[in-house]
Amino acid sequence: MSSTTDGAGAPPRPAAELRDVRFAYQGGCDVLDLPALTIGRGERCFLHGPSGSGKTTLLGLLAGVLVPRTGTVQVLGTTLSALSSGARDRFRAEHLGYVFQMFNLIPYLSVRENITLPCRLSPARRARLRGVDANIEAAQLAARLEIAELLDQPVTALSVGQQQRVGVARALIGAPELVVCDEPTSALDSDRRDRFLELLFARCDEAGSALVFVSHDLSLATRFQRTVALPELNTAAGREMVG
Amino acid sequence: MFLLSLAWRSLGNRRLISVLTAASIALSVALLVGIEHVRMGVRESFAGTIRGTDLIVGARGGTTQVLLSTVFGMSMPNGSVSWGTYERWAAHPAVKWTIPYALGDAHRGHRVIGTTAAFFERYRFRDQSVTFSSGRAPANDREIAIGWDVAARLSYAVDSQVTLAHGLAAVSFAQHEAHPFTVSGVIARTFTPIDRALYSTLEGLTVMHDDEAASGGLMMGPPPEARALGEKPPITAFLVGTKNRFETLQLQREMNEDQREPLTAIIPGVALQQLWQIIGSAEVGLRLVALFTVLVGLIGMVVALYASLESRRREMAILRAVGAGPRLIVSLLVLESGLLALVGAVGGVGLVYAGITVARSAVEARFGLALTLHPLGATEWAYLAVVVSAGTLVGVLPAWRAYRSSLADGLSPKL
Repeated sequence: MSSTTDGAGAPPRPAAELRDVRFAYQGGCDVLDLPALTIGRGERCFLHGPSGSGKTTLLGLLAGVLVPRTGTVQVLGTTLSALSSGARDRFRAEHLGYVFQMFNLIPYLSVRENITLPCRLSPARRARLRGVDANIEAAQLAARLEIAELLDQPVTALSVGQQQRVGVARALIGAPELVVCDEPTSALDSDRRDRFLELLFARCDEAGSALVFVSHDLSLATRFQRTVALPELNTAAGREMVG
Repeated sequence: MFLLSLAWRSLGNRRLISVLTAASIALSVALLVGIEHVRMGVRESFAGTIRGTDLIVGARGGTTQVLLSTVFGMSMPNGSVSWGTYERWAAHPAVKWTIPYALGDAHRGHRVIGTTAAFFERYRFRDQSVTFSSGRAPANDREIAIGWDVAARLSYAVDSQVTLAHGLAAVSFAQHEAHPFTVSGVIARTFTPIDRALYSTLEGLTVMHDDEAASGGLMMGPPPEARALGEKPPITAFLVGTKNRFETLQLQREMNEDQREPLTAIIPGVALQQLWQIIGSAEVGLRLVALFTVLVGLIGMVVALYASLESRRREMAILRAVGAGPRLIVSLLVLESGLLALVGAVGGVGLVYAGITVARSAVEARFGLALTLHPLGATEWAYLAVVVSAGTLVGVLPAWRAYRSSLADGLSPKL
């Protein structure tokens, strides 16, 4: 596993760097063919494209959930495809926050337990709290996401929008260096969406986290430092429509 | 601790399937532990049925038959022992006391034993002597004492009239109606075959048969005129207490070599051991059935875990996506199967204890089997350890499969 620490005087390594990445789901043809994409440290990147343009696939590659057929995906200087499955899980736990399109909460845990889950599962993620209790950190995040009163509720009792915010809090706890969000505002009304983005940006700024944000809502693009239209990058787009 | 909590709550999330899986393990364990408890109960009950008797002597035949027909009210006696032979051995210098037993009649399926007052004075079961819940021992040839179950089942009490039937069969058409008996006492409950028998005096049985013969009815044994005046009819066995236990083996040898009348003298404890050896293979069979039931329960658990994996792919994928490594995923599923096995094992033991608590009176009343609530023995602990260990180990297979499943598949909704 390569180091994630930049050498003294050397330019900081990008948060994520993809080179000649090709990806195909089992038995299919390439759905992603990406010559190059670099996400800088602390950069806020807005990723958009029609359904099937490979947005979720790209996020899966960045998070190490998927492994490219060819090419390299480096996150914080580490080549993910060179890691074993277990090592990728550990790397993800320590350095990444992932807001899933489908929320992916654990149904039998409370809101608090879902938010603190990464810290409980990974000592490295817990260490990122710098001594702050995970429950306190979870309460602060929940307060800013307006779900503080729901902390002890089971997630199954929450509305879709509330579940989405729990998923966001879980991704942000422990200030990961890279946060990937797969349409996190799709279930939020416009007020909540704005407050959510403010919180997301604030947390990412505090932690110096890079943010890769996927959305169909192009009106959000102006709030990001950089906008990437995936169909322009993905030369495989259109060959087969996979989301 | 977190992992344990996660495993427990994950099981709770699939409450129905978890309960059913644990219940199948519990039933298997209950069968395994229950058989062991019943086996020990049977042995304790049998061993406790007779205490303090050094030898049981009957006509020449099988040792088990002597034991069963005399002490346990089962099987038929080998034959008879003449009164003269009985008196000769009763007078042996090594013999401290004797109890004569005469079988041959019954009352509505219950065996009638002709004996003497020595039975009530000398006979010991579980280190207790025979006492009466009401009344007293029979004092003349018209009185009879009855066991607890006989009184309860037939609603008899002191002064009830009892007519005996010829033979040991449950149903007999040959009633000794010419010589009815009066119940002199009800023996306090012993939880031994005593409860299911009636006890008359030897004279009572003799006079009954003589009266029957005189009235032109049933005739048993040698006709009265064939016996010498004052000679008592034969008995079927007698119990012996020796003055010195060390002389028991010598006395047994002497009796077994009796040149005047062929006898079989048995030491009750030794005969019981022989009996256990005979029925030992049946016990092994029962244990095997129980072990196979446990095996089936464990296979059921693997099936349940495998079946639940499909619906849990997403849960596993989420845990991996937020940082759970392979060790944690495997540990979680192995811990779940271990917990199910543990809950099943504890539940099974609980079922056995609850079952014994609830059913012990009925079992004692129906079968004369005194089941006791004793702590688990080494064999039972070994069974439980095997069940819990096996239950934990069988979780490895689905756990490994769960980890090998594609993370991306689990995170995406499947059509």
